[in-house]
Amino acid sequence: MAEDTTPPLVQVRGLRFARGSRPIFDGVDLDIRRGKITAIMGPSGTGKTTLLKLIGGQLRPSAGSVTVDGLNVHKLGHGALYDLRKRMGMLFQSGALLTDLDVYENVAFPLREHTDLPESMIRDLVLMKLEAVGLRGARGLMANELSGGMARRVALARAIALDPMMIMYDEPFTGQDPISMGVLVKLIRSLNDALGLTSVIVSHDVHETAAISDYIYLLSDGRVVAHGTPEELDRSSSDWAQQFMQGLPDGPVPFHYRAAPYADDLLAGREGRV
Amino acid sequence: MLDWLRQLGRHGLNFFERLGRGHLLLLALLRGQPGLLLRPRLVMQQVFAIGVLSLLIIVVSGTFVGMVLGLQLYNTLVDFGAEASLGPVIALTLVRELGPVVTALLFAGRAGSALTAEIGLMKATEQLSGMEMMAVDPVKRVLAPRFLGGIIAMPLLAAIFSLVGVYGGYFVGVGLLGVDEGSYWSQMQSLVDFDDDLMNGVIKSLVFGVVATWIAVFEGYDAVPTSEGVSRATTRTVVHSSLAVLGLDFVLTALMFGVD
Amino acid sequence: MMQVKTLEIWVGVFVAAGLAALFMLAMQVSNLTVVGADEGYLLKARFENVSGLKVRSPVTVAGVRVGRVTAIDFDTQTFQAVVSMRIGAGYDQLPLDTSAAVLTSGLVGEKYVGLEPGGDMDVLKDGGEIKLTQSTLVLEQMIGKFLFDKAESGKE
Repeated sequence: MAEDTTPPLVQVRGLRFARGSRPIFDGVDLDIRRGKITAIMGPSGTGKTTLLKLIGGQLRPSAGSVTVDGLNVHKLGHGALYDLRKRMGMLFQSGALLTDLDVYENVAFPLREHTDLPESMIRDLVLMKLEAVGLRGARGLMANELSGGMARRVALARAIALDPMMIMYDEPFTGQDPISMGVLVKLIRSLNDALGLTSVIVSHDVHETAAISDYIYLLSDGRVVAHGTPEELDRSSSDWAQQFMQGLPDGPVPFHYRAAPYADDLLAGREGRV
Repeated sequence: MLDWLRQLGRHGLNFFERLGRGHLLLLALLRGQPGLLLRPRLVMQQVFAIGVLSLLIIVVSGTFVGMVLGLQLYNTLVDFGAEASLGPVIALTLVRELGPVVTALLFAGRAGSALTAEIGLMKATEQLSGMEMMAVDPVKRVLAPRFLGGIIAMPLLAAIFSLVGVYGGYFVGVGLLGVDEGSYWSQMQSLVDFDDDLMNGVIKSLVFGVVATWIAVFEGYDAVPTSEGVSRATTRTVVHSSLAVLGLDFVLTALMFGVD
Repeated sequence: MMQVKTLEIWVGVFVAAGLAALFMLAMQVSNLTVVGADEGYLLKARFENVSGLKVRSPVTVAGVRVGRVTAIDFDTQTFQAVVSMRIGAGYDQLPLDTSAAVLTSGLVGEKYVGLEPGGDMDVLKDGGEIKLTQSTLVLEQMIGKFLFDKAESGKE
């Protein structure tokens, strides 16, 4: 892929973050280019969701910086951070729809909170966004009457309600049947291209993600272990890339969780210790 | 032994950490109040959820508490030939103590636990997180209106409780036991003071409203976002606000009536 | 939108009911009608003995409550108790030679200050003093006096 010269929308440099005494990130660098779909992939438990929360400023890193559109996220005041967030959308794994509101009001929520638009204009905007995700007919349903896939599409409509510059998707494909997975894949790609968005997808579903992303970062053990376009990673000689892209059970990511040698554990049990 | 000390130390640290977070939240809640002036509807929804939906339990309990007071006090007072004081004694008990306190306890069980569970579940289902990412401050949008709603609802509920109780006592004392109707009301009026008794009762219930709602909102916001965490937080709300109400009641009573 | 309307009505009903309850408590249950905190005027009276009288005890004329005791002090010069009373503004026609007594409502009831208007044409002003006072009756003293009188009369 040709290097483009515009500065990346999101720049992560030397990011470190720990939860308690357990380090999650240990010096992560990555760039997210404008107008592209960038995927951040890695085995479960590598803190991919945490990375999104760091980019959104919901968590503070212990070291390193996150720059979004030229602004250092963690140096912004409360007001400036909230202004920045208006330009970022985030799609939570659960959808995070407000359960006391129906679909229409959920999509209208950011508009009502941040704008003084007249009711008729809000209605037009909401119906437009719902049409884009194909759920205009479901506008009267309550959030808990939706299937998982529909909830995610409503959340997507809500995320684009304020026409953000970027959207972060947290595990958009997990637990979806093949049809709604296909719908989501198509939606993410078409929204990205039609609205000129920048998209970040966090996922461990290799095939769907590789199919739509322009660039992939592979995370493991708090570091970026490989990155490149999907084709590059497929052809890559890196063990990491091979194990992850092919879904091999053992490799650099071991099958076993870190533990003392098996024999030691068995012998220890015989002496009455656990 | 050392382990035990360490446990104690950790509990102590946890306690102070939570106390600190609670006070930070209180500050944030207070900062969120001016913004509510522009959005009275948010507060109104909460006054409905907290106040109107608690009305039934308050009216029913108030009536029964007043009726029981009527029966019990009549039986005690009649021994001294002082059954004419039934009115003022019932009214004083209700207005000064039982009105604010029992209302606050019922409030903690009915509205406080519901608040905690609601906020805790919103946290567990990432709704609060989602709002943050939509650049909507959940403290201002979700917590502050609930806080104000509780503070508005509590004194009104307590006043309704006391009034209903006075009529419950009237029903039993005058209606069933034959206390003179005139002395029930007139003695009451001459002995219950507006500033000292009624206003102090209102101040008490305002304080209880602040504390009980604050605890409920904090426990929900601070809950571990799992179903177990939310259920624990709900229990803590009821226990802590009940204890806080009873403890504060003693302090307030000592301040208001104890030192003359 | 119908939902929002019923909600508003309910909240309105609730707030109105709460305020009405407060109002009824104030009018029906308490003695709001007598004296507020800063209204009315102050009177003073000196008593030999005010045992049992408290700050906020009622002040009555002909059994009608007109004010309350605001302070009880001790005069180190005359060894008397100085009782300050706040009288409601509506009761400003008390004659200058009004007398005051510390009385008890019922046998074991509360102590209160009873005022007995005299016949003077002039009236008591703010800060004025009631000259004629009768102290509280102390039960022990009464019994002691009674026994002493009995003994005296028995001797004769």
